[in-house]
Amino acid sequence: MRRAPLPPDALDAIDRLILNQLQEGFPLSHRPFADAAQGLGITEADLIARLQKLREEGAITRFGPFFDAEAMGGAFCLCAMAVPDDRFEEVVTLVNAYPEVAHNYERDHRLNMWFVLATDKPDGIERVARAIEADTGLKVLLFPKLKEFFIGFRVSA
Amino acid sequence: MKIDAIDRRIINATQSGLPLTTTPYAEVAGWLGLDESEVIARLDKMMARGVVRRVALAPNHYALGVTANGMSVWDVDDNRADDLGAQIGALDFVSHCYLRPRALPDWPYNLFAMIHGHDRDEVERQRQMIAALLGDACQANDILYSTRILKKTGLRLRERG
Repeated sequence: MRRAPLPPDALDAIDRLILNQLQEGFPLSHRPFADAAQGLGITEADLIARLQKLREEGAITRFGPFFDAEAMGGAFCLCAMAVPDDRFEEVVTLVNAYPEVAHNYERDHRLNMWFVLATDKPDGIERVARAIEADTGLKVLLFPKLKEFFIGFRVSA
Repeated sequence: MKIDAIDRRIINATQSGLPLTTTPYAEVAGWLGLDESEVIARLDKMMARGVVRRVALAPNHYALGVTANGMSVWDVDDNRADDLGAQIGALDFVSHCYLRPRALPDWPYNLFAMIHGHDRDEVERQRQMIAALLGDACQANDILYSTRILKKTGLRLRERG
């Protein structure tokens, strides 16, 4: 995924309108691009071509249905460890070796390693966390989600 | 189980995105040997049940210059956390907001909000806005900036679950 900002002239006003408006939703219909294009004041062909271009430029992360992985039966848990500085690289290797570790970040805190475990079944979380403790000799703190709040996140293009 | 085998096939076919053609749901239906109307109806039903959160575009916020982010964490009064969490989750600069258990004595925080801005100054201003919103319901807070991505793989559903 692109992590660098696009040059300032990469997007025109219509591109920005598309990015802003389609964050709110995309129709479930026979000709959804035609329906969405109407609200944007452009043609169906123009919308498709612009989305193609925006995707190639890396301005879009995803376009389509967003699924709730937990509703599909998977289990996820945020975990944290306090890793001594002189063991950090060794522990990264041990932790990342587990395919259940979906992402892992170094953070500027005493708890300096934060990762997400993703398993097919809920009981997999505890098992993998204990296995990582056995491998590393370090405590794994589990921060399961108790409640998720409605997300209003919107990026203004 | 909220979804059946056909739902799962639709999920697998669309989880990397919709095709950019005039009739994308018909195209997906063609891949799976289904009718377009069934694909649309099933996506609609999954949306009603919360399995599909929405069908939409997610901009790459890094490409749009929103490159600073921090995991802000808050020790919020348990009796008020539900109400206040909902208010924080609704802020447009918060991408994730969760209530999680504390891990005492190591970790006193129960509310996690991932915040995003154009630079770290903006993120700190956003953190102040959350602090003001929480007021005396919050005892302590911190923010953890990521210094390195150690691993990042997509959360992809297996073909058979």
